Amino acid sequence: MAVAPIDIAAPIAQRHWLREAVRRHPTVIAGSLLLLLMGAMALLAPYLGTVDPLSVAPIKRLRFPSEAYWFGTDAYGRDVYSRTLYGARVSLAVGLGVALLSTVIGLAIGLVTGFSRIADAIIMRFMDGLMSIPPVLLAIALMALTKASLGNVVLAITISEVPRVARLVRGVVLSLREQPFVEAAMAAGTGFFRTLWRHILPNTIAPVLVQATYICASAMITEAVLSFIGAGTPPQIPSWGNIMAEGRSYFQIKPYIIIFPGIFLSLTVLAVNLVGDGLRDALDPRLARRM
Amino acid sequence: MFAYIIRRLVATIPVMGVVAIFVFSLLYIAPGDPAAVIAGDLATSDDIARIHAQLGLDEPFLLRFGHWLWGVLHGDLGTSIFTNLPVTQLIAQRLEPTIALTLTTLVVTITFAIPLGVIAAWKVGTWIDRLVMLVAVLGFSVPSFVLAYVLILVFSVELDLLPVQGYVSIRDGFVPFIQHLILPSIALGLIYGALIARITRASMLDVLSQDYIRTAQAKGLASSDVLIGHALKNAAVPIATVIGIGLALLISGVIVTETVFAIPGIGRLTVDAILRRDYPIIQGVILLFSAAYVLVNLAVDISYTLLDPRVRY
Repeated sequence: MAVAPIDIAAPIAQRHWLREAVRRHPTVIAGSLLLLLMGAMALLAPYLGTVDPLSVAPIKRLRFPSEAYWFGTDAYGRDVYSRTLYGARVSLAVGLGVALLSTVIGLAIGLVTGFSRIADAIIMRFMDGLMSIPPVLLAIALMALTKASLGNVVLAITISEVPRVARLVRGVVLSLREQPFVEAAMAAGTGFFRTLWRHILPNTIAPVLVQATYICASAMITEAVLSFIGAGTPPQIPSWGNIMAEGRSYFQIKPYIIIFPGIFLSLTVLAVNLVGDGLRDALDPRLARRM
Repeated sequence: MFAYIIRRLVATIPVMGVVAIFVFSLLYIAPGDPAAVIAGDLATSDDIARIHAQLGLDEPFLLRFGHWLWGVLHGDLGTSIFTNLPVTQLIAQRLEPTIALTLTTLVVTITFAIPLGVIAAWKVGTWIDRLVMLVAVLGFSVPSFVLAYVLILVFSVELDLLPVQGYVSIRDGFVPFIQHLILPSIALGLIYGALIARITRASMLDVLSQDYIRTAQAKGLASSDVLIGHALKNAAVPIATVIGIGLALLISGVIVTETVFAIPGIGRLTVDAILRRDYPIIQGVILLFSAAYVLVNLAVDISYTLLDPRVRY
């Protein structure tokens, strides 16, 4: 009998903790769940009742959503449901890829320019120039130069996002440099790179992480925009932007070809944004009240 | 003040210089040989070499950049590869719809977003605040072209209230002009409005916690006087800043919105140019949009002195 209270108490405490989290951060929990769902969907796409997203069947073209074709079929008779599910892979890969690459490059540039006056003068002028070109336009211009491929899309969007990360990191580094603990580390004879690694870098992580989520969200939209106007992911890859681009001509009679991938894209971006807002609130309580 | 404006104008030169170098490099490293395109399919290698010399394509990078920049400064953006027309002329033809769309969006967005942000801050924590913030988060998440299609589906296809696509010049009647711009402006403006509403709310919340607001309330001023006369006035600088910075969103959005609504503006020109790899047009559009972006933000910087008398240069 003595064991019973513990047995009961444990699940209550656990449930309490969960309920508390949901109550305090409902949007973050919702966003994370939605994102997990999308991730699972992307990974498990082959097992979710999909057919080959590339298999063409002209005889079944432009079918309305039905039991056999949940989201209908497109102009080539391809199953829109399967294509949409596989499309999640492209969007998430581009979002993650761009977020990761632009953060790493932006961090490196920001750290260097935050410490070297000469590098700052040269590199930041260049970054200012890049920042004055609207990001989507910059990505379009870069895509116009190269062959359409998923890697090039990631690179083009990364280049247009890097200046913003670099500027953010540089600002943080400049203010950290004046902090007593950095001065103390220097005075105690800590080497330059050690100071950078142990004292500066860890303090840039929080703002960069928040920025990375927003970059992930905007990269997914940019990929869709690029593909939609025909300057992005190669048309044979079923990305959400490509599916919508193919539905353009039939929009008034077969809106579902655009609407379904559009809903998935919006939900995924929403999920990432919610997680980003939550991270920002958690990592920067001062900002939390304001936004 | 005057000296400040001059100083800021001078400061934009290196920025635009970087843009110019970038844009020129775009053409320089672009695949394909413009001389071969101009010469056509039946050209001999001698023809191509002659055109090369004519266009100065054999000159070194810096010399070509110098010639090109000289031309740009004199309003010569080069010749479109596909149509063989001057890029400036092509852009000028398409300028009106884009300006009409951007200005309508700007006006519509600002008149809605700022009051919404003010109300959200005033009623902070209530359902009104939550609703405004929810719409703002959605605005950040729904891509403009997805929203555009939903709007067309609801208001044009189902309800048959507004035209599906196209553009009518203001000279052909004000009513059709506005009718054709309503849906594009909403689709284009949502993300911009979401940004402005969020910053307005944040900036207002900051100001509303100040002592002088409590004083104003304590001396019995009406809420509206406090909100607009005292709070909004002091919250204006960050709002002006984000209106300027957010213009990048509008410019990016114009390209897609014009494609969805078949508006024959600069966005359409750009998309067509990309599909045909018509690099001089892409160059011209980037230069134009970047210059507009830099100039608007310069104007915003200068407006600080009007919005906040404490700002002195």
